[in-house]
Amino acid sequence: MKTADLITALAQDRQLAPRPARLLARTLPFAVLAAAVLLLATAGPRADLLQVLAAPRFLFKFLVTLSLAVPALGLLPSLATPLPRGGAWRGALWLAPVLLLAGVLLELRALPDARWLPAAVGHNALWCLAMVPMLATVPLAASLYCLRQAAPADPARAGAVAGLASGALAATVYALHCTDDSPLFVAIWYSIGVLFISAAGAWLAARVARW
Amino acid sequence: MRRALAGDEAVYRRLLAAVADRLRAQVRARLARWGASDVQAEDVVQETLLAIHLKRHTWNRVERFEPWLAAVARNKLIDAVRRRGRRVELPLEEVEASLTDEARPDDSHALDVPKLLSHLNERAREIVRLVSVEGEDVRTVARRLQMSEVNVRVNLHRSLKTLAALYRKDGI
Repeated sequence: MKTADLITALAQDRQLAPRPARLLARTLPFAVLAAAVLLLATAGPRADLLQVLAAPRFLFKFLVTLSLAVPALGLLPSLATPLPRGGAWRGALWLAPVLLLAGVLLELRALPDARWLPAAVGHNALWCLAMVPMLATVPLAASLYCLRQAAPADPARAGAVAGLASGALAATVYALHCTDDSPLFVAIWYSIGVLFISAAGAWLAARVARW
Repeated sequence: MRRALAGDEAVYRRLLAAVADRLRAQVRARLARWGASDVQAEDVVQETLLAIHLKRHTWNRVERFEPWLAAVARNKLIDAVRRRGRRVELPLEEVEASLTDEARPDDSHALDVPKLLSHLNERAREIVRLVSVEGEDVRTVARRLQMSEVNVRVNLHRSLKTLAALYRKDGI
């Protein structure tokens, strides 16, 4: 095929995919909804949900997960383009680790030494370790699909951030069920789940989102 | 590009042609170092044009078009060089030809196009041929093949995506 002929064909093709941000906005809410339904169908919310709604430790979990989800989601559309301009979102990714560290330090001061270990190990650490990645699969699949439709300059990096966003969203949903509210528990077990999904996102995106 | 995205076909065609000319000069100069012929460079030009077309929705319209274009071209050039790195080839005949032959093919294609197109089904192949080589517009093609225009457009778009994927796999 001659290049001139190719250009003729390209000019005739008017199909224009939605911009990355718009595609994400259209698909991710459904993926998060699916994760929520999945949690309700399997584990259900914690029994004392209504009593703990105002508890500082319970609220802190959402503060941490959302402070990771929001910057990661803000950064993602830009990373999905050949010419990323992350801007302020990039720095905002540090917000969650800093908050988490502050929470851990406050908790260590608030609790007597003898209660550190029980608080960190919690009641269902393994369950948490399994549930966060499981709930993250649908959001991760949705965001990888969006990356595939786009053109990420660095697919692995974009996939890692997609994994952070998916993991953080999954952790937000899981926090409705989890009865371990200590920042010590969150810092260990939630982090492992989210980082695992981030690594999986990077690995997968490097394969499916090349263009 | 803004007008092209708004659906101005003539503007889009002129833009792609201008981009192709600039790309050609760039790609040839860069790939010559790696022992690629002009014909093989043309493959990279075509692959890049396909990427520009299929990924044009990732350009943010409030920003300048050129940096985005350069980023896409760079990505494709790096791909091509990487593939070269794995499989460096420099047939003697080609070196000889480029030494003796002044008339260089400007616009042809090194890949086995019939083989590439054979990955498409018969109908899609016919659509691509009519639209590109024959230069028919979609409406005429639809009438000739007794398909709806929408159907022709969907087929065309899908075929271009398939071609882009094949380039990625089999490229120079």
